[in-house]
Amino acid sequence: MVLVSVEVNGSSYQHEVEPRTLLVQYLRETLGLTGTNIGCDTSSCGACTVLLDGESVKSCTLLAVQADGAAIVTIEGLSGPDGALHPVQQAFHEHHALQCGYCTPGMVMAAVSLLAEEGQLDERGVREGLEGNLCRCTGYHNIVRAVLACAGDRAPAGAVDAVGAVGAAGGAVGAVGAAGGTGAVAS
Amino acid sequence: MPTTPAVPRHQTVFGFPVQRLEDEPLLRGTARFIADLEPPGTCHVAFVRSQVAHGRIVSVDTDAALSQPGVVGVYTAGDLDLPGLGEVPPLPTGPRPVLARPCLAGDRVRFVGEAIAAVVAESYAAAVDAAEHVIVDVADEPAVVDPLSALEPEAPLLFPDHGTNIVREETISTAEDALAGADVVVSARFVNQRVAAVPMEPNGTLAAPRDGGGLLCYASTQSPFQVRAGICRALGREPDEVQVVVPAVGGGFGAKGGVYPEQIVVAALADRLQRPVRHVETRSENLVAMSQGRGQVQDVEIGAKRDGTLVGLRVCTVTDFGAYAWRGGISFHTSTLMATGPYRVPQLELSAYGVVTNTSPTGPYRGAGRPEATAMLERAMDLLATELGIDPVELRRRNLIGTGELPLTTATGASYDSGDYAGALEHLVERAGYAALRADQEARRSAGDRVQLGIGVSVFVEVSGSGSEYGSVRIAPDGHAICTTGSSPHGQGHETTFAQIAADVLQMDIHDIEVVHSDTAVVPRGTGTFGSRSGQLGGGAVVTAGEIVVDRARRLAAELLEAAETDIVLADGRIGVSGVPTRSFSWAELAAHAATPVGVEVLGEDGLFAEDDFEQSRGTYPFGAHLAVVELDTETGKVTLRRLVAVDDCGNMVNPMVVAGQVQGGLLQGVAQALFEEMSVDELGNPQGTTLAEYGIPSAAEVPSFEVGHTVTPSPRNPLGMKGIGESGTVGATPAVQNAVLDALAPYGIAHLDMPLTSLKIWEALASSAGR
Repeated sequence: MVLVSVEVNGSSYQHEVEPRTLLVQYLRETLGLTGTNIGCDTSSCGACTVLLDGESVKSCTLLAVQADGAAIVTIEGLSGPDGALHPVQQAFHEHHALQCGYCTPGMVMAAVSLLAEEGQLDERGVREGLEGNLCRCTGYHNIVRAVLACAGDRAPAGAVDAVGAVGAAGGAVGAVGAAGGTGAVAS
Repeated sequence: MPTTPAVPRHQTVFGFPVQRLEDEPLLRGTARFIADLEPPGTCHVAFVRSQVAHGRIVSVDTDAALSQPGVVGVYTAGDLDLPGLGEVPPLPTGPRPVLARPCLAGDRVRFVGEAIAAVVAESYAAAVDAAEHVIVDVADEPAVVDPLSALEPEAPLLFPDHGTNIVREETISTAEDALAGADVVVSARFVNQRVAAVPMEPNGTLAAPRDGGGLLCYASTQSPFQVRAGICRALGREPDEVQVVVPAVGGGFGAKGGVYPEQIVVAALADRLQRPVRHVETRSENLVAMSQGRGQVQDVEIGAKRDGTLVGLRVCTVTDFGAYAWRGGISFHTSTLMATGPYRVPQLELSAYGVVTNTSPTGPYRGAGRPEATAMLERAMDLLATELGIDPVELRRRNLIGTGELPLTTATGASYDSGDYAGALEHLVERAGYAALRADQEARRSAGDRVQLGIGVSVFVEVSGSGSEYGSVRIAPDGHAICTTGSSPHGQGHETTFAQIAADVLQMDIHDIEVVHSDTAVVPRGTGTFGSRSGQLGGGAVVTAGEIVVDRARRLAAELLEAAETDIVLADGRIGVSGVPTRSFSWAELAAHAATPVGVEVLGEDGLFAEDDFEQSRGTYPFGAHLAVVELDTETGKVTLRRLVAVDDCGNMVNPMVVAGQVQGGLLQGVAQALFEEMSVDELGNPQGTTLAEYGIPSAAEVPSFEVGHTVTPSPRNPLGMKGIGESGTVGATPAVQNAVLDALAPYGIAHLDMPLTSLKIWEALASSAGR
């Protein structure tokens, strides 16, 4: 057994762990922080992404002992002191960037890290920046919208590509569904 | 960016892109999936799985495993003695026990990954470690790993007592020679490759003895009542002795429907050990143990007049069921049902065979037969267009079933309800700027650009929402409404959609609606979420039940106010005399009255409650038209998807934001099959994609944003005029993208390539074409 000291979501912890314990297992099983999910065995899917000293890492790629001395933030630690959703969480909600929600904690943490690292983000930058996080529900469409919305005015004009303007389900479709007849509707 | 409008209070919310009510726990990481549930004393299961595709089990030696630290027990087929799983859907002639799928392999293994023994230990790590000590002696037998080989007379038989590897057969014939009278006939063989569903959360089950007897089972499933039925049948329990609860589910896409052998084994172990028992698949287990999709070889001949008018279609398909009949019949039948698509096909000859092979069993995966049928027809239409020298859009235009011809029943037995297929196509052509795209393509071809443009179109009709679903509405004492559905979500947004539907009927705020689902002890009965059914069937039941509750409320209010029932209206959350606000009740006041002797006299014991099983035996038929634009690097074979434009018609939309989300997700799964994914096995039956490093599902970097639009043609078959939308994206996108790539390749003499259209496959085709 090896002693590990970490700060997680602002609290300090010390535990004796088996050397083979992955960081994700330590977070989930020892600390009970089950918001961080496991989606593969090969560091391919990114569901377990957390922030380690401010940078996103897949917590299945690290042993818990390798995180000794680090400050970690998981999805549970992302909201503000008043419990308000983090702007990225809020943007995911507003842009319908989650469906089953299994990839969401990892995707949100990866997006938080990406936004912190990149001065300017366009659609290409968001897509490539989130390449390590897989989602099977959304087609990534609204995830990209949500992250671009957070990038906000840091993004140069025209950053949303030409098709973006018609893609998201927005206010324009609000009155659509109740229409009884047949007709073409722009969304 | 446009933002979603605030939910109007006391207004109808049907048709508004209301933000989802279920998001917050998922965003905060407080939602609970199976792997997050671990009651005190939980023991963990590791399955010992077959490492060979076909063989006779000589012995399973568990002694060494039993002596490993932390081991609670090791169980084989003989120890648990569980009945096998039958076929879904069953044949009209009844069950065929010889084809049953065992929960644990007993005398024979039939695919790599089949569960042979369950090792139960105090920790998952201990279970995995001990599983390494189970010694399975299998006498290998020859394996048959592709569906065409399974038909050969000399093929090894998976079920010798059945006498053949063919387990399903359908034939349809409307003409002696379906191609008689054709000026032009095009024939081809298409392989619709096998793919994996890959929900981000694998399968998982937790079963525990329940206080007071029986079992409480948590399952990551689309259909809790089917899981309950399977467990009850296997364990000889009554339905009220087994409670199935579905926690948060990380996607399913059809592959979490029905009941799995592993679920039954976990329940049996909890029953035997009287302890909580949990199994959560690793991804590597998931990629062999979860049912896979598609897997169909299609021989097609399509005949037409010179002007492009279709004369007939002759089709022979062979569908790979994998190792067991089990759930392969669902997609198999749907693919024949949808074989003629949105076109007038005057003559049809169809023969379809379902065969077993020594591979992972197949079952429904997003689209479940419709993508196979649509890809077949839409590839054939493009080949025919090339042969005739007619633009692919124009060829489709000339053959689409017109609005005036609907409703109609096809030769395959599909009962198309409403539709404007040409309307969707014309909307697509306009929206995508088809003429300009063709001009761009022509310019690149003339200039001999290294990067060529490909444009692919598909038009489709699919089927959704068959069967029945339970729904109820109850007004609680505090005036809020409890809306119960037999449907069970795994990411679709039921809590929002059903709240919108109930709010509309009851004229309530959606925040005053509580949606109850996914617990067999609370919901009386149900079918589940699959086949794009929940909104229309579950919603239909809620509408029917809600309208009865409103009628009951009006009757009670009329009695209490001594007014005529016809004068009682429901407005702004109050029920009372039209135009006289002082003579009205809130829902809470009325609920209190309903519980009084007067209320009981008027309404009976049910009070402000009603339930319904909404049935739609013929289903509904969503449709649409999709267009893909790809760039093809002719030197490397690399394809880049530039645009994917989708026009879908699912009738009336409860929540257009949720609908668009379903389309976008479906589109990507179509792109994934067309360009990236294939679950293959080697000649011995060893799967070649057992991790997400090998079986690559697309990331955000592989695709552009999607362009999603709609036409709205309500269905006459349910109260809300809805059709399903969960699968349309995949149905239409798969052939649109495949057609686009082959359109780019057309000048190089390449008529057809099977999916997935990888760079290597394209580069090889280009190289071989240049060498000719």
